[in-house]
Amino acid sequence: MDLVVEYNSLLNFINFGELGLMDNAYYPFDTYNLPYAICYRLWEVLGGTIAWLLNLLFPDNGVSRWLIGEGASTLFALILFMLVMFIVVFVCTLISLWMERKCLGRMMDRRGTMVGMKGFLQCVADGLKTFMKENTLPGKIDRMTYMWTVSLVIGVSVLVACMVPLSARWYVVDYDTGLLIIMAFFALAPFFILVSGWAQNNKYALIGGMRAAELMISYEVPMLIMIATTALLAGSFNIGDIVYAQNDTVWFFIPQIIGFITFFFCATAESERLPFDIAEAEAELVEGWQTEYAGMKWGLIMLADYFRGYVACAMVTIMYLGGWTLPFIGDGPIPEIVFLLKTWFVFFLMILIRAALARVRPDQILNIGWKVFMPLSVINLAVVLLLKVGGVF
Amino acid sequence: MSDSLVPVKEIEEKMETDKMWIIMGPQHPFSHGLWTLKIQVDGEIVTDAEPIVGYLHRGWEKEAENRIYPKIIPMADRLCYAASMTYTHLYCMTVEKALGIDIPEKAKYIRIVADEVCRINSHLMWLAAVGTDLGNLTVFLWAMREREYFLDLNVKLCGARMTTNYPRIGGVRNDVTELFDRDILRTVDRFEKAMWDIIALMDDSSIIVSRMKGVSYLTREQCANIGMTGPAMRGCGVDFDIRRDDPYDNYDKVDFEVPVLTEGDSYARYMIRIEEMFQSCDIIRQAVQKIRALGKNAPYRIKTPTKVPAGSAFMRMEDPRGESLMYLVSDGTDKPYRLKVRSPIFTNVSTSKVMCQGCRIADVPAILAQIDMCLGETDR
Repeated sequence: MDLVVEYNSLLNFINFGELGLMDNAYYPFDTYNLPYAICYRLWEVLGGTIAWLLNLLFPDNGVSRWLIGEGASTLFALILFMLVMFIVVFVCTLISLWMERKCLGRMMDRRGTMVGMKGFLQCVADGLKTFMKENTLPGKIDRMTYMWTVSLVIGVSVLVACMVPLSARWYVVDYDTGLLIIMAFFALAPFFILVSGWAQNNKYALIGGMRAAELMISYEVPMLIMIATTALLAGSFNIGDIVYAQNDTVWFFIPQIIGFITFFFCATAESERLPFDIAEAEAELVEGWQTEYAGMKWGLIMLADYFRGYVACAMVTIMYLGGWTLPFIGDGPIPEIVFLLKTWFVFFLMILIRAALARVRPDQILNIGWKVFMPLSVINLAVVLLLKVGGVF
Repeated sequence: MSDSLVPVKEIEEKMETDKMWIIMGPQHPFSHGLWTLKIQVDGEIVTDAEPIVGYLHRGWEKEAENRIYPKIIPMADRLCYAASMTYTHLYCMTVEKALGIDIPEKAKYIRIVADEVCRINSHLMWLAAVGTDLGNLTVFLWAMREREYFLDLNVKLCGARMTTNYPRIGGVRNDVTELFDRDILRTVDRFEKAMWDIIALMDDSSIIVSRMKGVSYLTREQCANIGMTGPAMRGCGVDFDIRRDDPYDNYDKVDFEVPVLTEGDSYARYMIRIEEMFQSCDIIRQAVQKIRALGKNAPYRIKTPTKVPAGSAFMRMEDPRGESLMYLVSDGTDKPYRLKVRSPIFTNVSTSKVMCQGCRIADVPAILAQIDMCLGETDR
């Protein structure tokens, strides 16, 4: 409990809403944004120190005055803000990576990773290892396409992971179409994977890329139908509205139990995890579309996979598990932790599935997508429509 | 039909679509060992396949001609690392037949126990490979965990885990160690219970069953024409097992069933191997009882001459993977004139063309896992 009190007093210290931060002409958000406030405070200290040092050397200079001005403060605070958002998501992803390794190890009757801090430092060791590797390029490739596709796959994954809000005060953008925008960026990667498969001059990569496209056309449509269903139930595409709509009524997995299960599997497919990782099926395609990427490129691709897994779980949490709210409590003192715990719980379900199931065949996934997920999502839509018409929601 | 619709065939002719050859191996996750499978694909569908073996050729048969008879025993271990004692056993039986001697009863039963332990070892190795080929790592690790207990039995019996160097011409190297019978019965009991966990993971999962059921049918005739043997053949409805139909050692004195299924698909081959493991447990139990009945002081090895009389002898046995055979020609010296090994996998793998045609790329590892490749014996 002491920790919470301290946390809250810390928040009061940096709560710029009271200090008039939001009246600032350059304030880039509509509502109170906690990480930005932290960054603004940080820059006040940092920029103020630099300005003071410069002032000692060159008394009364323009640069010092500019550095502590509102415009420059906002600019540098935003740069810090981007860094903070990335680091938080990065650490969350590393934790889910560590969780997967340890839980899989437990389920498979082995120890999992063992390097420092209960195996958590294995992520660091892996990162260092891939970083040290030689940057090899295969011969006869379309070098430009080979590089930009992988950059975009990684970039889009990191972008979409950073865009997921952790709470009403922890977000990057607060669009009215937030859920759709996250979905749009989420669904971009398979296109780049397809192009990347063509560019690599490798038959496995080519088939892997084609399979990524095949995978996408099988789950994307039911997934969008279920997003529309949730929006219909909440009356908005805005993530905050969806979460608080669940807080006002019930968590949406109760009326949409079919949708919850179906969306969960679609999200598993979206993040290309077992049993739907046909694009990188290592048994037959070596490493699928990633075959020709070596060293740090491959390391970043693996990391991007986990970023996507994190986003998939976060979407399930937002759409069905009440986001960062708790029943009877609402926001609570630390909604970010509540949100992350729920996300990791969904990720744990994905780990369970990975340990228990085998990979499906590409033709089977088309069958599952169009003959199982599609009717289920439509039934879910019908149920929600009935509830809506019946006046339950 | 409007005129704007061009028939698919015409499009294909105009576009001149080529079929693509994919070379899987020798370094490929699905090839458990050094071999290559060339598959020709039309989109995702496999239209042709060609296995290429020989990367691991060591000149085993030629090397055997330059060694005295007892020194070939450790070499025979290296023919198949997963079931090393079966080949050593086969070699010793062949030489004993050429010598025209009969070995003590106890040695025969010990050899049966060792054989069946190796069969379970080998089948568990195969089960692990099936797990990874289907994309499930849990099966792999659980099967390998069970295998450890049987490797421990090997250690208890002869001090080595894999290349055991245990059977001898005229018997076995040493008697069963103290408490070996107790340990093996415990292990077998434990294994039968633990096996149901793995079976629950495999057979109760509709994904895993649907990956194997109904793919790569083989008929009895195709099996016979290609010369397929072993569990894969019994999965196609051929009721033949050398242990029962042409018994060697004391297999005619133990009671066991030969599982046969008529489906002929990948899943039938899987079921046969699983059932064979349970039958092996039964055989082990009976053989251990026989060893106990013979008592502690029963002979387990007899002295044999170093020189084999001129002539030839062949012996065949039911390997975990099929019918293995050794043909020995002797010129009366202490070294064999010629020693020919027939490997079951060498013939079984030639079915890959028939089995893979018409299936999908994703099925290829799942189908070829059912052959249970072992390159040590294939390439010799």
